[in-house]
Amino acid sequence: MSALLSVKGLEKTFGQVVAARDIDVDVPQGQTVGIIGANGAGKTTFVNMITGHLTPSGGTIEFEGRDITGLPSRKIMRLGIARSFQVAQVFPTFSVLENLCAATAIARSGSSVVGAALSRFASAETSADAEAALDQFQIARFRDALASTLPQGVRKLLDIAMATAGNPRVLLLDEPTSGISLEEKFGLMDVIMGALKARGTTILFVEHDMDIVQRFADRVLAFYDGTVIADGAPAEALGDERVREFITGTLIRSKDGKLGAGRTSHA
Amino acid sequence: MTGLRILLGAAILGGLGAAAPFTPLWLISLVTLAMSTGLVVCGLIILWRGGLVPFGQALFFATGAYTVALSGRWFGVTDAFLLIALAVIMAVLVAFVVGFLLAQYREIFFAMLSLALSMILYGVLVKSETLGSTDGINVAQASFFGMMPRGPGYTFALFWLALGMVFAAWVGVSAYLGSVAGQLAGAIRDNEIRVEYLGISVTRLVHLKLTISAALAGAGGALAALSISHVDPQMAYWTTSGGFVFVTILAGAASVPAAFLGALLFEIVRTIAVALLPGGWQLILGSVLLLTILFVPEGLGSLMIRKRVTVSGREAA
Repeated sequence: MSALLSVKGLEKTFGQVVAARDIDVDVPQGQTVGIIGANGAGKTTFVNMITGHLTPSGGTIEFEGRDITGLPSRKIMRLGIARSFQVAQVFPTFSVLENLCAATAIARSGSSVVGAALSRFASAETSADAEAALDQFQIARFRDALASTLPQGVRKLLDIAMATAGNPRVLLLDEPTSGISLEEKFGLMDVIMGALKARGTTILFVEHDMDIVQRFADRVLAFYDGTVIADGAPAEALGDERVREFITGTLIRSKDGKLGAGRTSHA
Repeated sequence: MTGLRILLGAAILGGLGAAAPFTPLWLISLVTLAMSTGLVVCGLIILWRGGLVPFGQALFFATGAYTVALSGRWFGVTDAFLLIALAVIMAVLVAFVVGFLLAQYREIFFAMLSLALSMILYGVLVKSETLGSTDGINVAQASFFGMMPRGPGYTFALFWLALGMVFAAWVGVSAYLGSVAGQLAGAIRDNEIRVEYLGISVTRLVHLKLTISAALAGAGGALAALSISHVDPQMAYWTTSGGFVFVTILAGAASVPAAFLGALLFEIVRTIAVALLPGGWQLILGSVLLLTILFVPEGLGSLMIRKRVTVSGREAA
């Protein structure tokens, strides 16, 4: 299977600090990849480099065989890689429907400024796309609410729904369930994954909750100290000794320095 | 914008045009001048909706005005329509060039950088003998379709020209505000990161807004130059820019016709204030601005829009 997204030797340094190093990942079409790691392990740096938010210090990123390393984020979006944010990025003074209309209108105008100046905002097609997204992400009952007044989970869904407006082939979700209560996490992920799977989107999501990862990911990338220390099916990757020691915390050191089985935690 | 609204607008402006011969000449001149300010304010509304307030819009206003004066003086151009077209083109060119710099900045930096650029033009105009220095340049009488109306006829012709420009600006700006780029103004003000991650360049959107606003300011400057028959560096001075911002606050960003009504109100208040208090008219003008901000913070336009418009029915008034 040839890779849709191919990352080779990716690295990022901020002065003396190495935020990412030696990252090699191939993601085939249609896969759902869970990205795990402790805070500061390089997960968001990885997402930021793929989406053009950060320029890598070294290495290459290829999408559909095309080198996209260091392109500005909006060009990467236009090629078909979208993202959501850890803190949902919406237009707070717009209603939910208006937020979605803005996203679909940009997609429909070809993401060009000239196209945007020449196409009408309030078109039937734009509204239809936006209404469809409302249903798909199950936020129709918040249709006319201002985005600034939304509950956290709905805001997250809106952010992701907007990111999918251009029908991206790859979607990166940065901690889609952060700030969401434990009871609501699975429901939220069910909605997100349901909507995205229906579109055949390839998904990479950053997640701290291992239960979520096990449930939704086909594959797990475990980050530690700026690089990938385990890469494989969830059971395999989560069972890796270093993953258990450094990330999931299911191995704890006893006082004499030996490793032993410990508690499970939502690290 | 519906056909009915366009028809209504055309009827109102046509009615005003027909009333001209029965109106005192001083009032017609005042309205023409107010319309030139209104054109500039239309452009400021476009920027303001995106959260941008330029303190140096006089840069484009003066560019338009001087283009009219110099085209007449150097090249003997007298056709009013050609003069206005040249003024708009020059203002657009200037905005396109300085836009590469200005579009990188926001908020107070955008405001002050635009002020700085207008003050550079002011300095150049004051220092340059060729451009008339502090005295400025007289503007030759313009012709309309080869005719050179004299006396009151010229005042009428300019007034009708102003009404035509108001109509064109109203239709054009309303269409722009209803476009995707126009509607994204609020999105840019809210969250630039999200706009960029929807795949469109915020910098280029701002650049476009600036260029459109400059076209309107250039047109306004051209009309003012023809109307006053004189241009001077004061047209590029920061107080001129300040006056435009003043009217923008008075008019608000909600409606395009409000830009012209606001400009008219501004001219009337200023005329009355100068008559009442020749040495202290700024006191009256300042009080009007204060009252506007206190009691009609969203401007006159907000009084003309009945409800908060939503996307499905969102329409630039």
